[in-house]
Amino acid sequence: MSLAVVPEGSPLQAAHEEPDYIRAKSGVLSWVLTLDHKRIALLYLGTVTVTFFLGGIFALALRTELLVPEHGIMDAMTYNRMFTLHGVTMVFFFMIPAIPGVFGNFFIPLMIGAHDVAFPRLNLTSYYLYLFAVCLGLWGMIHGGTDTGWTFYTPYSTTTTTAVLPILAAAFVNGFSSILTGVNFIVTIHTLRAEGMHWMRLPLFVWGMYGTSVIQVLATPVIGITLALAGVEHFLGTGIFDPARGGDPILFQHLFWFYSHPAVYIMVLPAFSVASELIGAFTRKPLVGYKMIALSTFGIAFVGFLAWGHHLFTSGQSVVDAGVFGFLSMLIGIFTSIKVFNWVGSMYKAAIHMTTPFLYALGFLFLTVFGGMTGVALATISLDVHWQDTYFVVAHFHFIMAGAVVLMFLGGLHYWFPKMFGKTYPEGWGMIAATLVILGFIGTFTPQFFLGNEGMPRRYYSYPAHFQWLHVTSTIFAYILFMGLLLTLIYLVVALINGPRASNNPWGAPQYEWDTPSPPPEHNFSATPVINRDPYEYVGQEIIENAN
Amino acid sequence: MIQAAAFYNDWMRKALNLPPQASTIAEQVDQLHFFVITVSTVAAVAIGLAGLFFFAKYRYRGKQMVGQNFQPGLWFEVVCVTGPLLFFLVWFFIGFKQYVEISTVPDDAMEVYVMGKKWMWKFAYPDGPNAVGVLRVPVGRPVKLLMTSRDVIHSFFIPAFRLKKDVVPGRYSELWFTATTPGSYEVFCAEYCGTGHSMMRAEVVAMKPDEFDAWLAAQRDASIARQQDSYQSSQEPPRTEANMVLQGQRLAGEKGCLKCHSVDGEPHIGPTWLGMYHRREQLSTGETIRIDEAYITESMMDPTAKLVAGYGPVMPTFMGKLTAPESAAIVEYIKSLRDPQLQAQPSEGPAYEPGRRP
Repeated sequence: MSLAVVPEGSPLQAAHEEPDYIRAKSGVLSWVLTLDHKRIALLYLGTVTVTFFLGGIFALALRTELLVPEHGIMDAMTYNRMFTLHGVTMVFFFMIPAIPGVFGNFFIPLMIGAHDVAFPRLNLTSYYLYLFAVCLGLWGMIHGGTDTGWTFYTPYSTTTTTAVLPILAAAFVNGFSSILTGVNFIVTIHTLRAEGMHWMRLPLFVWGMYGTSVIQVLATPVIGITLALAGVEHFLGTGIFDPARGGDPILFQHLFWFYSHPAVYIMVLPAFSVASELIGAFTRKPLVGYKMIALSTFGIAFVGFLAWGHHLFTSGQSVVDAGVFGFLSMLIGIFTSIKVFNWVGSMYKAAIHMTTPFLYALGFLFLTVFGGMTGVALATISLDVHWQDTYFVVAHFHFIMAGAVVLMFLGGLHYWFPKMFGKTYPEGWGMIAATLVILGFIGTFTPQFFLGNEGMPRRYYSYPAHFQWLHVTSTIFAYILFMGLLLTLIYLVVALINGPRASNNPWGAPQYEWDTPSPPPEHNFSATPVINRDPYEYVGQEIIENAN
Repeated sequence: MIQAAAFYNDWMRKALNLPPQASTIAEQVDQLHFFVITVSTVAAVAIGLAGLFFFAKYRYRGKQMVGQNFQPGLWFEVVCVTGPLLFFLVWFFIGFKQYVEISTVPDDAMEVYVMGKKWMWKFAYPDGPNAVGVLRVPVGRPVKLLMTSRDVIHSFFIPAFRLKKDVVPGRYSELWFTATTPGSYEVFCAEYCGTGHSMMRAEVVAMKPDEFDAWLAAQRDASIARQQDSYQSSQEPPRTEANMVLQGQRLAGEKGCLKCHSVDGEPHIGPTWLGMYHRREQLSTGETIRIDEAYITESMMDPTAKLVAGYGPVMPTFMGKLTAPESAAIVEYIKSLRDPQLQAQPSEGPAYEPGRRP
């Protein structure tokens, strides 16, 4: 189904004679010691798939326990460990590295016309630091795990008898991976753009990855310091956060959220940037408001640093602080709405090609708008007093953060699958699985908004019986969601082994990465390409400017 | 008109699954809630439907069809910014105003001290009575809670009042409310605090003012006898440090041992101390031991090293928190708690079982 509308004499001329990157070298060592950004991307893909399913299984165990108000399949201690591991695994080992590690690595060089990232060895180092962190985390989980929640609030985390240190260390090491990847991408985007690839021609995915990298480099050191302090306090009793020794437990919350709020954007900005690519490709017309979408990324990145206090409205900060943080938090909603309106506007007078990736994009749009709006609702200070630490918050961040990342990870995976592996996935199965995933997601978390309204606190092992029917509904949909994910895994693995060969540009997409062969050769291009068109421009299309 | 407003309020509250509005602030917070959530839902559904509508109208029909390059220009971006901004500003100002009200305690508020500890809520009225798990307040009078925690951070959450405030060790936080309707309302601990977090519940009982005054007076009269905190028994002999057993008894109360260990054979979170010395216990490893001074001391310093079968690893270490003479005094106290009839029996298992109230 080649729909290629690629300009003749494509600027990104690839060396068709060269073998593709998968076949270029063989042997285990050629994979584990590879410096090729595309192979490193596949290493990430393998690892994040494992962590994603691990985190998912933890989530299912939690949901199963919550079917009944009292003891179900596990005791309270196990439950507390389980939700901690679910959070740690999903946040640190899946959502933060997933899109940058896999698609960032694979496509930034292809999109900007580079042969690799700026520092290939550093890139491999980042991967191994990440892998080491995952292994350390797994080791900690096997040796009892910890029960602090992924937020590690003191003084609970510094006094718990569970094995908190390995998990803290894992998150700490993972931070270095994150920082190094950020540095690498920033330098790559600054220095390795091909001729003609000026800033306003950068694909929006690259813009998003750039914004993400800036946050990673600036914010991650703070979580490193914070987790190290908590670890030292647990181990040596230094007393920085312990009021009995003159410390302040709220200080930990400020430090923790100074990173962890921007970290939300480390997770969702990549998802937003994948959404821009999907909508750009499947509306089959240039995106509306390219510049605004690109620039709003930096609005989110900047204001994201100044909003952390909205996690502390009930913790004990001054009324003035709460007002300032509440107001700044709402600005993030403004920058996000710029993106959303431009995405929807891009569908006007389009030629919408309904495919699995686009279905994911539509689901993403709904989750992002409702998740984002409930974020604004939570930033409304007096409302947060009721919702803080209830299931409403859980539902909100699963919509906006988990929903956006998971849906765009899957959407991107389907979209780029032909390019990455040179194989075609089965479209019918793709649509079925996408429907299950999207409905599963909405069905799992919508009841949790109502649970939160009713006052159900989060991290509760047992609960009064009047909450039960909503929990049961949520759990049923969680299983549907999981089935959709399992189905996706199965048909993608089958397609990987047995799928029909994909053409170079099966979607007829205008973006630069589709000009290379599928899969791309080891060095991407035989000669450094020259870029002579805008990223979402279909050749021969006239620009119809609005009269205003 | 008023009826219509009341109907709308009630209908929306039930549709959104909110608890009853039982404090003066609850109804106005809910009004803002309805406004925000209605706009949010309409926006999300409208954008979802717009996506589906555009898909239906501008479908790809094959033959390498492409869409029109439509660029609406700056006015579109201005609308994108100002539209949501207007709503957000209104919400912010109303929300901030309400938050100021929630945070400003009236001068004439009645004070109640609240202490959170793993995993119970204790309430103390300035003029005498204490209570565990039940906070009685008068309807129509402002009540100020002065709250602190004895261990980790907790959070005092009354859904029916739409109020919550973290309870932090080492500082007092304040929460005030005026209850409007007599009744009993759920209280949850909303900040994660360990194994018993979800069991750290209580209730607020809002009483008619005259009933409350009568209750308070009755409590005051009998306050010493009615102390609900059993371990600070009123029959405690005068304090003299000359006796190690008495010193151990005092320390057991002060250091928090008696939060989890009973001294009268009652099942609790930890094994009872009555008859513990020289008792034979089966450990979680299957090994059977006879409890002696060394085991008791080790269990204070490294509680998870040898767990009695059936008990969770929930005890914190007292390493560094007890001096050597202090731990010795506690051991002496435990040794004094002997009961010839119970000596031979192993303990029965914890009273706190997950999913059950201790």
